[in-house]
Order: sequence, then C-alpha cells, then structure tokens
Amino acid sequence: MTQARFIEEKIFRGLMLAAAGMVAGSLGLILATVFVKGFRALSFDMLFKTPQGGYYIGGGGGIANAIAGSLVLGLGATLLALLVSLPLVFYLNVYLRRRSRLAFFIRFSLDVLWGIPSIVYGAFGFTVMVTLGLKASLLAGTLTVGLLIIPIMARSMDEVFKMVPPELHEAAYALGSTRWEAAMKVILRQAFPGLAAAVLIAFGRGIGDAASVLFTASFTDALPTSLFRPVATLPLAIFFQLGTPFPEVQERGYAAALVLTLIVLAVSVLARALTRRVTRHSR
Amino acid sequence: MEARTHIRVEDLSVWYGGHPALKDVTLSIPDKKITAIIGPSGCGKTTLLKSFNRLIDLQEGVRMEGRILVDDEDITAPGADLTRLRKKMGLLFQRPQVLPMSIFENVAYGLRIHGENDRLRLGEKVEHYLRMAGLWAEVRDRLAAPAAKLSIGQQQRLCLARGLAVEPEVILGDEPTSALDPHSAERIEQRFLELKRDYTIVLVTHILRQARRLADYAAFVYMGELVEHGPAAELFAHPKDPRTEAYISGRFIESTGEDPD
Repeated sequence: MTQARFIEEKIFRGLMLAAAGMVAGSLGLILATVFVKGFRALSFDMLFKTPQGGYYIGGGGGIANAIAGSLVLGLGATLLALLVSLPLVFYLNVYLRRRSRLAFFIRFSLDVLWGIPSIVYGAFGFTVMVTLGLKASLLAGTLTVGLLIIPIMARSMDEVFKMVPPELHEAAYALGSTRWEAAMKVILRQAFPGLAAAVLIAFGRGIGDAASVLFTASFTDALPTSLFRPVATLPLAIFFQLGTPFPEVQERGYAAALVLTLIVLAVSVLARALTRRVTRHSR
Repeated sequence: MEARTHIRVEDLSVWYGGHPALKDVTLSIPDKKITAIIGPSGCGKTTLLKSFNRLIDLQEGVRMEGRILVDDEDITAPGADLTRLRKKMGLLFQRPQVLPMSIFENVAYGLRIHGENDRLRLGEKVEHYLRMAGLWAEVRDRLAAPAAKLSIGQQQRLCLARGLAVEPEVILGDEPTSALDPHSAERIEQRFLELKRDYTIVLVTHILRQARRLADYAAFVYMGELVEHGPAAELFAHPKDPRTEAYISGRFIESTGEDPD
C-alpha cells in the first residue's frame, strides 16, 4: 500500500515537472528561434527606416513603419479598452450585487466575446466600415483591436476585483466612505497590480494580432501620420516578409518578430517595476 | 445601572436569502458602557452588530424588518444617511483590515474623506489618534511605511486609531481580539476600558472570560434569537434562561473549538 502511494506521488511529481518544463521550454524555444533566425537581420536601418523600393524582394530600408504603427495602434486600442473596461468592472464589482442578473449577463457576454476569433472582429470591423463608408485606417484598426481586447481586459480585471477581500470593502464603508471613495481610494489601490497586469495582457494581445487589422488597418510603407490613413503593423509585416520566397527577406521577418516580442517583454518588465512602486503598501 | 440608551433595537429580524439570521430582537444598548454580545458561532451576533451601521446591506440577498434607533433617529428608514451613520460607528473586525496605504494614510484616510485636508492638522490628529490607540510609540519613526508591514496586533490597534479618527460615538468590535496573541489582545482590552469613558462600545465575543472582564451589560444571542440580556454581572451570576445558563457554563455543543471559560 505505501509502495503504491509512493509511486503515485512520483508519477504526479513527474507530471507536474513535465508540465512546468513544457511551459518554460516553449518560451525558451520561441525566444531562441526568433533570436537566432532574426538577430542577424536586425540593424539600425531595420529599426529606424521605412521600406525602400523593392523592400519585399530584398531592397533596402526597414520596418519603422510597422514598429511605429503597431505601437500607436496598440496603445490607442489599449487606452480605448481601458476606458470601457475600468468603469465596467467597477460597476460589476462595486455597484452591482454580485449575483445580479445583469452582472451575470455582462460576464457571460464578455466570455463569449473573448472566445470569438480575431478574424471575426476583423470581418465585423470591415463590415461596419463599409456601411459607414470608411476606408481602412489607423482609426478603424484601433477601434477593431480595441473591441477585440475589451473582453480580455475587462474579464481579467474582473477576476482581480474578485480577489479583493470583502472585508476591505466593509472596512472602507465602515469609515463612512461613499461607494465612489471606497472604489477609487481603497479598492483601486488594492487591485492596482492586478489591473496593470490585465492592461498588459490586453496590450500584448492587441499589438500581436494580425487578423483583426488585416482588413481594418490595411498596410502601408509610410509612417503613421493620420488617423484616417492606413497603418502598418508588426504582425502583418512579419506575415508579408515570411511569405516571400527570399531568405534575406524572411530573415527580416524573424527580426520583426523579435522586435515585437521585445516590445511586449519590455512593456511587461516596465509595468512590473511601476506596479512595485505603486503597491508597496499592499502585501 | 440605568444609563441613557444609545442604540435601541426594536423587533429586528434579518434574513439572508430567505434564511432567518435574527428573529425579533429587541435590545437597548446603553450609552458609554461596554455591551458584550455573546453566543456561539453563527448565531447572529455579527449580523446584529453589523446592522447597527447597516454594513449588512452589503450582503447578498439581505432583508431587514423592524427598527434600529441611534440617538433616537431611525437608521432603518429609507433614505437614512449611511455615510453619516457609519461615521458615527467605528468598527473593528476579527482580522484587522488595514487599507493598502502607509500607516499615516490609514489614519488620515477617514479624516480626509470627511473633509480634513490641512496638512498640519492632519499630522496632529493622526498622532493624537495613534496615541489614543496606544500605537504611537511603536510607529512614530515609520509613519510612511506600509501598514501591512505591521504585526497583526499592531494592525488591529492601527484599525482602532483609524476608526477613532473619524470621531465616532460608538465603537463596534466584531471579535476584535480573536486573531491576536494574548498580549496584543490584552492591550486592545485595556484600550476599550479606557475608551468607554467617552464612547459606547459594543463587543461581539465568544470568549466568555473577555465578556466578564469588560462588559457592563451583556446580551446572549442563540440561533438568531436574543435569549437574555441585562447587566453583565447579573447575567453571568444568575442567568434566567436555561440556555444562557448552559452556554456560560460551557455545555453547548455548538461552542466546540471556542473558549467556554
């Protein structure tokens, strides 16, 4: 009997280790692949120049258009999603009763929206644009990606709010706080690191999505200058470059992937550092 | 023993989603005395306490009947000013719940939301209330440190200071020493004995020894029912109801794991 239990323990320990190894391993492998294949193509020109003539058949220039475009579009979409998500989760967790029908319906909708593939968002955005007579543009892309990441951001924030102990709400109210004061001065502070993480997850998802911007933001070799012009994005830059038959262009595709990965990495490191400063008061 | 009534509970019943938590409780809490609400876990003590500042409103599916008068004002009436009511009542929880801020800001929070913004006066008041809670000497050099870094006993005294800072008339304690070590618990008890000169104190406790030590007045709640209440000395010495008698002599099965004295 004890022997069987010992083996059981061993098997589970093995399984857990394997799972942990798989996660760490795939992260390492992805980073390594992108790095090894793309590092050589990474250059000053690559980062700071727009594509020159014949770029996609091996001509000079870089992907500054896509880097700038992705950053602008990603930040815009994140900001937009934040403007919707934050009030929404406050409404859900501070004002609505937890078991209210409306709260249930909102959460259900968010979960369904989360599951919808991004190409569908792209198609939806495109349809709306056509109906309104808009062209593919930074604005349309930002709106579409914003829509795409609202459920991700809102639902992650929602989970964070649920982790705030109910006693903390009570403590704030017991001091005579209004709901607004409790929410803004106490709950927000407690939830801040989690909220920042939610924003990041959403940003990472938004900046890396190709399908939703394919029709809505289109692509261009120019730097983003206007909300109403098409804008280049990194995922599409990767897609177009990897799709060429030229090895040196494909290599640049990997370099673009490396840049995208580094952006997401940098933002999360930065945000962690920031949240540590803001939240040194919670445990 | 005849004191002015500070809180008067009239025929109070409370349900949680159809499940009765309190049945027809009628009770007067005397002014500037310590009233202990005793009884086994889950019998409605906390519900009774938290209806005094209408904090039970936050619970899911709660329904209230009856009236509670605080200073002769019906706080159960629709449109009662809850933030003002809660300002009147400081509440200490079982586990201290510090705000995610510095030690200083924990005390200053209540002052600020009730309109004190002058830095100098904030500083003076924070010191004053930290002294009142017996914490000043331990934290004077690290007021900017996160409150969560304090020991749990210190946190509870910080919560006391924070509650006192909004200048309440009543202090409610929901088993405020149950998470603390004996020494910290004793310090809180001492504070209560000093504070009853100026405040009405209502203490939920299942530590009978504590109730005996502190209470002027005691109420025994059992299964949502107020079984007996009266001057503490009398209730402990000559309980009228057999259930009270059983409980204070430690014969209730429900009180396992507690300290029946």
